[in-house]
Amino acid sequence: MNQTADAYRKELSRRRRLVVAFEWLCRCAAWGSLALLIFFLGAIGYEAWGWVSFDFLSRANHYEADKAGMMGGIWGSIWLVGLSTILSVPVGVGAAIYLEEYAKAGWLKRQIQLNISNLAGVPSVVYGILGFTVFVRCFGAFERPQEFVLSLGFIDLPFRLPFGAVVLSGAGTLTLLSLPTVIIAAQEALRAVPPTLRHASYALGATKWQTIWHQVLPAALPGILTGVILSMSRTLGETAPLAVLGVASQVTFAPGKIRGISDLATHPEKLVQAPFDKFTAMPLQVYTWIDDPDQQIQVHVAAAGIVVLLAFLILMNSVAILIRNRFQQKIRW
Amino acid sequence: MTEPKPVDSSRLTSPLRAAGADLRRRFTWQSTTEFFIRGTLFCCALLSVLTTLTIVGVLITESWAFFQTVSFVEFMTGTQWTPQFEDQHFGVLPLVFGTMQITLLSGMIGLPVGLLAAIYLSEYAAPMTRNIVKPVLELLAGIPTVVYGYFALRFLTPNVLKPVFQDWLGLHVDGFNALSGGIVVGIMIMPMVCSLSEDVLRAVPQSLREAGYALGATKFDVSVKIVVPSALSGIFASFLLALARGVGETMAVSIAAGQQPSLTLNPLNQIQTMTGFVINVMKGDVEVGSILEKSIYAVALLLFLMTLVMNMVSQVVLRRYREVYQ
Repeated sequence: MNQTADAYRKELSRRRRLVVAFEWLCRCAAWGSLALLIFFLGAIGYEAWGWVSFDFLSRANHYEADKAGMMGGIWGSIWLVGLSTILSVPVGVGAAIYLEEYAKAGWLKRQIQLNISNLAGVPSVVYGILGFTVFVRCFGAFERPQEFVLSLGFIDLPFRLPFGAVVLSGAGTLTLLSLPTVIIAAQEALRAVPPTLRHASYALGATKWQTIWHQVLPAALPGILTGVILSMSRTLGETAPLAVLGVASQVTFAPGKIRGISDLATHPEKLVQAPFDKFTAMPLQVYTWIDDPDQQIQVHVAAAGIVVLLAFLILMNSVAILIRNRFQQKIRW
Repeated sequence: MTEPKPVDSSRLTSPLRAAGADLRRRFTWQSTTEFFIRGTLFCCALLSVLTTLTIVGVLITESWAFFQTVSFVEFMTGTQWTPQFEDQHFGVLPLVFGTMQITLLSGMIGLPVGLLAAIYLSEYAAPMTRNIVKPVLELLAGIPTVVYGYFALRFLTPNVLKPVFQDWLGLHVDGFNALSGGIVVGIMIMPMVCSLSEDVLRAVPQSLREAGYALGATKFDVSVKIVVPSALSGIFASFLLALARGVGETMAVSIAAGQQPSLTLNPLNQIQTMTGFVINVMKGDVEVGSILEKSIYAVALLLFLMTLVMNMVSQVVLRRYREVYQ
């Protein structure tokens, strides 16, 4: 009898130890990763210390370490992300509305849905190759580059076919890349709107589109906005597709050669010409700096570039979190 | 919405008839608008299908041209990949090997750590903790991959791998090596595993846990022997998705693991992955129509197919899983 109790006690303490050990293992996995993140950012911040300055942000790039700058990359990235957002949001939200509100459950909807989730998993290099073939080369339809001038009445818009690695090619590629994430985020936001809202609107005699436009979309807007900003921040960090497109990293001007607000006042046509201009982007500059043979550039300038890039990302993410928290408190279904 | 029944206007008195006509006109105008809006939205949804078709079309036509010059068997079984040299060989195995090595290493780190963190968040952590830790981990997933590449090349290799393996264990470590790439890709996929697995773990019905406790099981027993097995298919799907991401990962790997295709099992050596090859060729100027350019499409097609299969399988598994618990 005593022996059984002894064995039981032993077993019990073994189980207790197991419980505690496992809990700590799990705890370490979660908190350890967070510690790693902080260490990781700290190491980069340490290397970048003293290299990020106002001059670094506002100066054109240069091959010498202490004259390197990110001006071209910052404006290039802003144009790139801005244009691809303008292109991807209407299409993405439109597709989400169709799938959530219109499409009947069935073969077609299932196929489109499956296709979207598969597209979300396609590696970004493959999108780069797609963009290279479609936008940069235009399927090889032109033997050699041809200049065209599109007259818009008040200004002339010169462009080249095939496009080459211009802002529009980059934005088009990143649009295709970010569409699946935008669609999935918008779908989730639309699904969260309770059906009672739609029924109430129908009961008052509204048509389907009136219901969607005036009731469902405004209710889903915070969710959609959060998803869009998160996808923008992912777009901002994308490097591989741009490298595949052949985007130059040594561009020393902003797209359209816009030198400032005052420049836009005297030459407003530059705003329209910018999408057809060469550009570089922040992550691509970082990539080139990492590869640079110059010790100063590959360690310190690259780290400084990363800090600037991460600052932009953190800014966008915090806006997304702010929107989410603000509207979560307001709307309770 | 059902179409309104047409009003038989001949049987109505004049004011009512006018109203009926007005109603009919409004409904036709509205239904036309509705029809066009529906059509536009459908086109938006169709664009995603078009994207897929273009990807597949482009990859297949260009690869087809490639396989006119290089035999398919040589491509799939050759052990030398030297398209940029005078003596060109197109055996894709070294690239596939490099990719597999990175994926395996990253899986060995990212999958267990991610799963343990997911168990912690779903079973142990207070809701407060979860609400803080999960978004921060997602932030970790949102860091651009060039940044991970920098970390691996400029920090991990010189400050961790070289001291440990070279100075201490006496093994040679290349400046570019598969291990540093694998480690950072592991760190990169860990938040994804954690986030997806946590979702499936939380979907396991509470009653299963309660039944376990009622039978005298400890928290460890419930977590490891009840919750994880019940969520196994979902966890498997999240693993596959994360590995697919590792296969397709480009920047970190091409920066950290090097640009030299080799059939090696030693993770301390320089390698080249499929994605690394694509980037390496495309960042320079490629001659239009050259065999080198076409080889990119063939490699990309293989990459696309590999990730597609992994994604498809994981989606099917995830859908089954959701059906079980709903």
